[in-house]
Amino acid sequence: MRSLYSRRLFVNRFNLFMSLLTMAFGLAFLFWILFTLFAAGFNAFSADLFTQMTPPPGSKGGLLNAIVGSLLMAAMGTAIGTPIGILAGIYLGEYGSRGWLAPCTRFINDILLSAPSIIIGLFIYEIYVFRVGHFSAWAGALALALIVIPVVVRTTENMLRLVPDSLREAAVALGTPQWKVIVKVTLRSVRAGVITGVLLAVARISGETAPLLFTSLNNQFWTTDLNAPMANLPVVIFQFAMSPYKDWQELAWAGALLITLAVLVLNVMARVLFRQTATK
Amino acid sequence: MLQTTAGAIPTIIDALPPRPQVSVAKMPDPKQKSVQLQDLFFRALTRCFAFLVLAILLGIIVSLVYGSLPAIERFGFGFLVSSEWNPVTEKFGALVPIVGTLVTSFIALLIGVPVSFGIALFLTELSPPWLKRPLGTAIELLAAIPSIIYGMWGLFVLAPLFADHVQPWLISTLGMAPVIGALFKGPPQGIGVLTAGFVLAIMVIPFIASVMRDVFDVVPPVLKESAYAIGCTTWEVVRNIVLPYTKVGVIGGIMLGLGRALGETMAVTFLIGNAHQLNASILAPGNSIASALANEFTEAVGDLYTSALIELGLILFVITFIVLALAKLLLLQLAKGEGRTT
Amino acid sequence: MSTNLDIFAIRPEVAPKAEARTPTKIAVRHLDFYYGRFQALKDINLEIAERRVTAFIGPSGCGKSTLLRTLNRMYSLYPGHRAVGEIVFNGHNILDAGVDLNTLRAKIGMVFQKPTPFPMSIYDNIAFGVRLYESLSPREMDERVEWALTKAAMWDEARTKLKQSGMALSGGQQQRLCIARAVAVKPEVLLLDEPTSALDPISTAKIEELISELKSEYTIAIVTHNMQQAARVSDYTAYMYLGELIEFAATDELFLKPRRKETEDYITGRFG
Repeated sequence: MRSLYSRRLFVNRFNLFMSLLTMAFGLAFLFWILFTLFAAGFNAFSADLFTQMTPPPGSKGGLLNAIVGSLLMAAMGTAIGTPIGILAGIYLGEYGSRGWLAPCTRFINDILLSAPSIIIGLFIYEIYVFRVGHFSAWAGALALALIVIPVVVRTTENMLRLVPDSLREAAVALGTPQWKVIVKVTLRSVRAGVITGVLLAVARISGETAPLLFTSLNNQFWTTDLNAPMANLPVVIFQFAMSPYKDWQELAWAGALLITLAVLVLNVMARVLFRQTATK
Repeated sequence: MLQTTAGAIPTIIDALPPRPQVSVAKMPDPKQKSVQLQDLFFRALTRCFAFLVLAILLGIIVSLVYGSLPAIERFGFGFLVSSEWNPVTEKFGALVPIVGTLVTSFIALLIGVPVSFGIALFLTELSPPWLKRPLGTAIELLAAIPSIIYGMWGLFVLAPLFADHVQPWLISTLGMAPVIGALFKGPPQGIGVLTAGFVLAIMVIPFIASVMRDVFDVVPPVLKESAYAIGCTTWEVVRNIVLPYTKVGVIGGIMLGLGRALGETMAVTFLIGNAHQLNASILAPGNSIASALANEFTEAVGDLYTSALIELGLILFVITFIVLALAKLLLLQLAKGEGRTT
Repeated sequence: MSTNLDIFAIRPEVAPKAEARTPTKIAVRHLDFYYGRFQALKDINLEIAERRVTAFIGPSGCGKSTLLRTLNRMYSLYPGHRAVGEIVFNGHNILDAGVDLNTLRAKIGMVFQKPTPFPMSIYDNIAFGVRLYESLSPREMDERVEWALTKAAMWDEARTKLKQSGMALSGGQQQRLCIARAVAVKPEVLLLDEPTSALDPISTAKIEELISELKSEYTIAIVTHNMQQAARVSDYTAYMYLGELIEFAATDELFLKPRRKETEDYITGRFG
């Protein structure tokens, strides 16, 4: 019995130790990646980043057209995707208790949430780029919108579900029409939560490369023509990093740092906003 | 004060002033109808957009199938088992990308699941309470890092490390073993299936770990206490009580991680080597469906080439759809079962 | 004011013999307990008699469950829960830092308010605990399982269902399974934390009968919010209020001739 017992104790200690190791493993890689990114990225940081265009191979330059392109397409994608997402989320959260459409949509939405983003890009290519015959910022924005939608649908629905029925009933008791109850009372009460969802969606699309590969493609030059291929950070990083040119690789690191900073800031903002509303 | 005697009651009531007639004015009809219309319209509007979500999915499937038709017509089922990939002779086969996708995902799960389990175990049983939140956030940060960053870090930092140290070590140890030795042969290039799988593992860990942690957290404390009460160690409680109790959720979480790993593009593209050849060794370069698409789609010339690539996309979509749908069903079943009593 | 104490019909065999001084199994001395800053137990002193049933009664929040859970150091699972004082069991103070909790819990078993069958078959539920401490052959394990289920008055009901999941039983059966599981590892003491509060009256009666039988072999401490149950089942009763031990005496003494007014107020239902 003594040996059985000491074996049990040993197994327990061993496994708990391994658990500690895995935690350290995860943290170690997190810090390693962030450290590498910040070190290499800051190394390549300079004012030129924000003033120069992407250079041809072998020369110095900046990322201005890529940054602007990314901002534009992210804004467009969010502008297209958010209303769709919110309205669909309203359907799921407010009208979704009966019938088949709501459970079905919820199910499909969750799958789209985790679906490979390159397929989204392929889809937009097939129905848009191929038809119009050229790559464009519109196509890129559409692809990004398709990634925004599932995120916003999910957060909107979850937020609406949190609203207590008593609030809705109070509004109805005043004679408010149903749609006004939803828009002016229920939705407004979770406004911050929905915005959090939008912020998270923006954070998500900031880092997405695959959907832009076949939609907006890339552009070496400055353009504000939404109907033409547009430069964007992720695809530029992809192109520059995989190249053998040192200058390009440095710019890739700088761009990677920019994207990560944007994503982290957006995530922090979303958390802070959410926590503020939770404590109200 | 009026005295209330039996006989005085009628008198009192008579003495009260007559009750004023309250006329309940009826709501004017047009306004009521207009409100009804507004409500109907709004509901229809939201319904439309819910349908749109369904339509997107349908659209994806239809457009992928449509785009793959030329390739399907030409190659039929042989597409799935052929490892040829020759844009010049226009002979294409999906075997190499499919195998690459499956192998990298398998490696990702092989490494990722035990690590995620350890992390979930740490967060729920071992960690002091003040550390739980920050550690949980740190792990979630891993999920927020865009995949292209993983790709770059993998390419510039991890791959050289693998090439210089890890892979030679693997070749000299496991590479000498019978049977599995074949997995570890070849020059230590750094990039290849193993490196891609390893980085993929780090990427799926936060997803699997947070699902596991969430399901571990809802095990009723009284159940765990009754195991402790007969003298179980912490590990015994987790292994014999927590895991069986949460097994549906755990499997759902693993499948969610698998779904992510299958579709991951940028990190794999940077690291897998883009080689259309089958190789028993995981140290060799290979290809995954997503990386083949990323590397070749914009360069593809000719309808058949493009169509073959689209068919690859269709295959990937079908695989990930099935995996994600299964994961979702499992997790839904878990949510329903939460109401059950022990 | 007249009190109708006939409702506390006490079975004669439960009343301890006045002349025999029963040995103490667990001695609690100057026990304080803290949840963080809040003091939940204040200077508790009592002795749990060997092979007798001791009941802890009192209104909600009085600390009776807290007291019970110190006896097998269950509180140690939670940071911030702290016990100060002495609990002497088999010659050692179990509150000491070096005490081996697993072995302690093998000797002092616990059954909880909510029936908690493990997610395994009925057979495995019982075998699980035994396997922690003994390597038995399959034959010996079968015998032990049968023995434990018999002790819990469940053998006849369970013998055909041994391979079925423990969760497929009724509430009362599940609770008896938990008792069987606790008994199977051959503890010296059994702690029962409101074991019948989640059960119907028939299952409750069965378990109370079980307790009377078990006490010939085990020392039992039971927490109950049901005074009548304490009166039916226990030899000694401790009345607690707001973390203090108000009165501790032989059960019939406590119920028929309570020495403190607070006790009398509680048992006559003046508050609760």
